[in-house]
Amino acid sequence: MQDKQYNVDELGMPQLSVALSKELKRFDGRLEDVPAWGGASSGMGWVFRPINTDQLAEVFAIAHKTDLSIGLRGGGNSYGDAAYNSNGIVLDLCRFNRVLDWNPETGVIRAEPGLTIHQLWEYTVEDGWWPPVATGTAKTTLGGCAAMNVHGKNAFKVGPIGDHILEFDLMLPSGEIITCRRNENSDIFFAAIGGFGMLGCFTSITLQMKRVYSGLLDVVALASTDLSVMFEQFRALLPTSDYLVGWVDGVASGNGLGRGQIHKANYLEKGVDPYPEQSLRVDNQNLGDTIFGIVPRSIIWQGMRLFTNNYGLRAANLGKYAVSYATSGSKIRQPHAQFHFLLDYVPNWKKSYGGGGLIQYQPFIPRDSAENAFKTILRTTQRHDLPTYLGVLKRHRPDAFLMTHGLDGFSLALDFRITQANRQRIVRMVRELDEIVLDAGGRFYPAKDSTLRPSVATAYLGADTIARFRELKQRYDPDSVLQTNLWRRVFMTP
Amino acid sequence: MPVQPSRPLEPKQRAIVVGASSGLGAALVSTLAQKGVLVAAVARRREQLEAVCTPFENARPYVHDVTNYEEVPALFQQIVSDLDGLDLIIYCAGIQPAVALDEYDFQKDRAMMETNVIGAMAWLNEAALRFHRAQRGHIVGISSIAGDRGRAAFPGYHTSKAALSTFLESLRNRLAKRGVTVTTIKPGFVDTVLLENAPKTFWVVSPDDAAQRIVAAIEKREQTVYVIGRWRWVMLIIRHVPSFIFRRTSI
Ligand SMILES: Cc1cc2nc3c(=O)[nH]c(=O)nc-3n(C[C@H](O)[C@H](O)[C@H](O)COP(=O)(O)OP(=O)(O)OC[C@H]3O[C@@H](n4cnc5c(N)ncnc54)[C@H](O)[C@@H]3O)c2cc1C
Ligand SMILES: NC(=O)c1ccc[n+]([C@@H]2O[C@H](COP(=O)([O-])OP(=O)(O)OC[C@H]3O[C@@H](n4cnc5c(N)ncnc54)[C@H](OP(=O)(O)O)[C@@H]3O)[C@@H](O)[C@H]2O)c1
Repeated sequence: MQDKQYNVDELGMPQLSVALSKELKRFDGRLEDVPAWGGASSGMGWVFRPINTDQLAEVFAIAHKTDLSIGLRGGGNSYGDAAYNSNGIVLDLCRFNRVLDWNPETGVIRAEPGLTIHQLWEYTVEDGWWPPVATGTAKTTLGGCAAMNVHGKNAFKVGPIGDHILEFDLMLPSGEIITCRRNENSDIFFAAIGGFGMLGCFTSITLQMKRVYSGLLDVVALASTDLSVMFEQFRALLPTSDYLVGWVDGVASGNGLGRGQIHKANYLEKGVDPYPEQSLRVDNQNLGDTIFGIVPRSIIWQGMRLFTNNYGLRAANLGKYAVSYATSGSKIRQPHAQFHFLLDYVPNWKKSYGGGGLIQYQPFIPRDSAENAFKTILRTTQRHDLPTYLGVLKRHRPDAFLMTHGLDGFSLALDFRITQANRQRIVRMVRELDEIVLDAGGRFYPAKDSTLRPSVATAYLGADTIARFRELKQRYDPDSVLQTNLWRRVFMTP
Repeated sequence: MPVQPSRPLEPKQRAIVVGASSGLGAALVSTLAQKGVLVAAVARRREQLEAVCTPFENARPYVHDVTNYEEVPALFQQIVSDLDGLDLIIYCAGIQPAVALDEYDFQKDRAMMETNVIGAMAWLNEAALRFHRAQRGHIVGISSIAGDRGRAAFPGYHTSKAALSTFLESLRNRLAKRGVTVTTIKPGFVDTVLLENAPKTFWVVSPDDAAQRIVAAIEKREQTVYVIGRWRWVMLIIRHVPSFIFRRTSI
């Protein structure tokens, strides 16, 4: 693509194709500023929203004709620049979202890539099937989830979503569609899952759902007085948990460093829920108009804004901590949707971060070095006076996907509020954090990334892995049609 | 692929200066480049353009004649993709050929309209569409105090600058609601080759001085700016001199 786009004459001046620009003028109406989910960055591109494979193939043809690259986009829930493509085409797959086949006996579903996790569970839950892996928001699409190989709060037990994908169809930039399974086109199966949309566009995905015998989960909340305690609790609880997640207070320091709360959840066994038909009803999964009892949903984010200045943040975490300490060990029954997607029910909660948006930093660190590394990371954010509002601790397991972020260890997801004034400081701090992660043998996750540099990516993935991925890209996308800002920033130039 | 892939937390300001090979435009390129802005410098004379850009690794020359209107969308797209986006466009291209007081030359007037106005429309419409959609961005036009009143000396030039000022005003009224700033710069006299044809000059400022003032005004997102500032009051008076008096004066 470099040569194609940069036709320069012998004196280094670009040679313009006026005909090409006339072609492009036809698409002026499609020019949109496409944002990162975190809102801290964006890129302008020509957005197409195809509804089927024919329209999809047309967009690939337009790209060939206009020499533009294509960035694929699902629900746009990647925090950084993984799902936009400045000065190129953005192929938004949200309307390409039908269920193609559903078998309520086996729990195998085949659907188009734009189907959201929300649409997915609403479709299957009354038959007693839940998505095997659920992200923290249900606005993600099947295609986006496969492309990032997302994980849930059960990653330690069931792995990433790729471990539950039985088969997919992939449209290559040539327009050809290939079917991939573990044992058919297997190299591309293991590279396109987790390949952040760089090898082709999923056109259908076949997923094995998880059988559930109730619409409710048993949820236990436990206080953790510091990060060591939280790790201790994780080790103790993992064998008996279906889901396990830790909420870390990023502000607490000294003896309380990394204190927080653990949520452990378990499925109800068959027969425990006397009327599963009722608890599985969509209406009983979705929340009402208020959460936390009395606060109307639409004003919650304004309250949350208070917590994002450092002072309010301290108070908020202290409050949450105190409550969990008092109720430590208390057990509640919660609908699946409520347990997984609470934030979706708080309209515009992102606004609580202010106009500059937010980024997330989520390192994955091997089991034995994780605790110390995370402590160092928390201390570093505090030393830079850039503590995180909320940290989320999860346990993972290794998987067989080429560009994987998974490993036998833990991840800690940290949200940082971005302002005009703190960008530089955040960048400097992240450089330090990157070193800590690399020293501990850690990995990073493109879905959450806004800061990765090529050298760091090479260090965690290994030059061989990246070379292998480039080789596949060269084979399936020889003209580098598929590109996103993330790809150009981190992987395109060696 | 852009010159440098952009990084979400380290955004660079990106600007186009049209009419960048000499005088005010060249000084604007230097002033912006020194501030770390990525600048695309556009004009006809290749050597002069390169001389303007060479001192900076963040300034890039693009040879182009603004009266080649057909080429504008393609070059605009090329530049935006090279810079990986756009935050600011300054239209500075302008000509003012010598015109005698008893000369009535259609070709000269037409040339001024083409470079000073139609070229501006070709470039600024491209930017306006983009900024409108993005709901941010900054358009700057280098007009002139000459646009505030039609003097006897340069009918075509005055007309071209009046047209440019009005075009900018309309863009401003459209785009203000969208969070886009449009700044009209009205220089008095700047010490460039353009002045060779304008006798009786005073309050002359150097191109560098003028460029500093203009960039400061851009940073403050001002709307209409006289360079230097006192011209605002002079022009306020001149604009209100009734025509029956104005035509008897030698202003
Ligand atoms: C509030 C919140 C909570 C989150 N919680 C979790 C979590 O718990 N676990 C987790 O793993 N992630 C989590 N994420 C991240 C999110 O799940 C991933 O970024 C996911 O990829 C988003 O899916 P999407 O449909 O929005 O895809 P997008 O963000 O739009 O795209 C993601 C990637 O997929 C590619 N892509 C999209 N569609 C296709 C397609 N049809 N074919 C090929 N490539 C495609 C895009 O090019 C891009 O590289 C969370 C994000 C948010 C905002
Ligand atoms: N000097 C003053 O006192 C004064 C006062 C008020 C307003 N202005 C305005 O300020 C602007 C800059 O003028 P200046 O004083 O700096 O004079 P200048 O040195 O002559 O600059 C004019 C610039 O416009 C470019 N240009 C002219 N015709 C062009 C074309 N067809 N295509 C592309 N570029 C073209 C020139 O580059 P190429 O020749 O290389 O193409 C040059 O870079 C003008 O709009 C002028 O009207 C000047």
